[in-house]
Amino acid sequence: MPVVMDADRMARSLARIAHEIVERNRGVDRLALVGVRTRGVPIAVRLAAQLKEITGQDVPVGALDITLYRDDLMHHAVGPQPLVRSTEIPFSIDDRVILLVDDVLYTGRTVRAALDELIDFGRPRAIQLVVIVDRGHRELPIKADYVGKNLPTSHAESVSVRLAETDGCDEVVIEKTSGEDEA
Amino acid sequence: MSPETTPTTTGAPQADDSPIPTSRLRRKDLVGIAELTAEEISLILDTAVAMKEISSRPIKKVPALRGKTVVNLFFEASTRTRTSFEIAEKRLSADTLNIAASTSSVVKGETLADTVHNIEAMSPDLLVVRHSSSGACHFLSRICRAGVINAGDGMHEHPTQALLDAFTIRERKQRIAGLKVAICGDLLHSRVLRSNVLLLTKMGADVWLCGPPTLMPVGFERTGAHMTSSIDEAVEGADAVMMLRIQLERMLGGFFPTLREYFNVFGMTPERVRRAKPDVLVMHPGPMNRGVEISSELADGPSSVILDQVANGVAVRMAILYLLAGGAEHEAAA
Repeated sequence: MPVVMDADRMARSLARIAHEIVERNRGVDRLALVGVRTRGVPIAVRLAAQLKEITGQDVPVGALDITLYRDDLMHHAVGPQPLVRSTEIPFSIDDRVILLVDDVLYTGRTVRAALDELIDFGRPRAIQLVVIVDRGHRELPIKADYVGKNLPTSHAESVSVRLAETDGCDEVVIEKTSGEDEA
Repeated sequence: MSPETTPTTTGAPQADDSPIPTSRLRRKDLVGIAELTAEEISLILDTAVAMKEISSRPIKKVPALRGKTVVNLFFEASTRTRTSFEIAEKRLSADTLNIAASTSSVVKGETLADTVHNIEAMSPDLLVVRHSSSGACHFLSRICRAGVINAGDGMHEHPTQALLDAFTIRERKQRIAGLKVAICGDLLHSRVLRSNVLLLTKMGADVWLCGPPTLMPVGFERTGAHMTSSIDEAVEGADAVMMLRIQLERMLGGFFPTLREYFNVFGMTPERVRRAKPDVLVMHPGPMNRGVEISSELADGPSSVILDQVANGVAVRMAILYLLAGGAEHEAAA
C-alpha cells in the first residue's frame, strides 16, 4: 500500500494551491469555497484558513452533497440508495467566483454533478476546480484548475485521500483493487 | 446516528465512482409505522434533514427521481397531504399524476383491485394511496409491483404524518427518546394517533393519551402509552402537546354532549398548556377546529409549530419517495 503523499507533502501542496488561488484571482474578493462531501469539505476549510493567513480576509465555505445529482442514481436495479447528506451553502453564489473543492479527480462524473447542483443555487461569475489528486481516466470533458499532485494510475488501482478530520491522518495512498471492476 | 460517521468499507477508494455509503428501507412499500424498525425511522428522518434544504434553494428541484412516475390515488378528500406529496414528487423531478376517486372509474363501479391493475398496466413506479377503508394500502401492496405509500387508510395508519411529526419534534428538541408527548382529542377515529403512538414509543418517548372515555380506544396500553381522561395530568411537564381533530363528520354517535362542553373539558388553551414545559411544542396535524380541540390563541401563539409541521411534511415525503424509489425493484428481484 504505497503512500504517495504524506502529511508534509499535503500541507505544502495546499499552501501552494492557496497562493495560486490568490495570484490567479488577484486577491480573494468575491471568492467562496465549496467542498464536495465528504472529504472536499475539510479540504475547503483548510484552504480557507490558508487564504486568511495570506490575505487576512475571510472566505466563506460551503458544503455540497451531490448524491441526488448522480448520473447512476436510479441505474442500479438492485440495491440500496446512496445516503443523502445535507448541502449547506450559507451565502449567495451569484457573481462570486466559486472554488469547487474535491479530494480525487477521476472520471469527472462527480464534478459534473456538482456543477449542475451549484448552478441551481444561482449564477456564479466563474467556477474553478481544486483537487488534491488528479488520477486521470476522465470520462467527461472536465479539467482541474488547481492540482495537488498528478498521479498516473490504472483502472485496477484505487486512490484514497485520507484526512486527519475524517480518517485520523493526512496521507494519499494507492492500492490495487484485486482486478475487480470498481465501478 | 450521524450520517457523517457512517462507516465506509475500509480503504474504500474515495474517487469519483467509489463505493458510497448506502442505506435503505428493507421494503418496497410504506404501509404503516408498525412494520418499520427504529433504524429505518432514523434513516427516513436523517434523509429528510438533507431534503429540507432543497426547499430553501432558489431552484427547488433536484434530478433524483427523473424518469420515475408517481401516481397519487386519492379515494378520500385531502388538500394538505395530496399537495404535500405532489410538491415532494415535483421537487425530486418525478412525473406525477393525480387521480381523485370522484372523477375516476370508481364511480362507475370498478373495484379497487381493477382500478389499480389498470393504472399499473401503464407502469408507474410508486403509488401514493389514500383510502377510507383500513387495510386498503396493505391489500394494494400485496397485489402491486409498484411501491405503495400509505397516505392514510381509514382508521388504520397515516405513517407520513407520524414521521413528519417526529421530524418536527426532533428538529426542535434534537431527540425523541425520553420526551413526554401528550396526544389529546378524538383518539378513537384517528389514524394519525395510531401511527404516532407506534412511532413515538418505538423511538423511546413517554406518550400520554387523553380524551373523553367515549372516544378512547382499547388496547393502546400494550404499546406502553399512558391513558388518562385528565387533560391536566397528560399535559403536566410535557415537551410536546399534540391535538387531534374532533372528526365532526363521525360524531353522530353522541360521544359527548356538545362541542362547547368538549372545549371546556378537553380543549387546549394557553392556561392549560402552562402546566407543560416552558418550551413546549404545540402541534396539530390539521385541519384544525378552532375553538373545539384547540383555542385560536394557542394555535397562532409562539409555541405553535403547526405550520412547521406542514413545511416539514414535504421534506419527509421527499425522503420516503427517494428511499423507496431505489428499493422497489430490489424487493421484486429478491
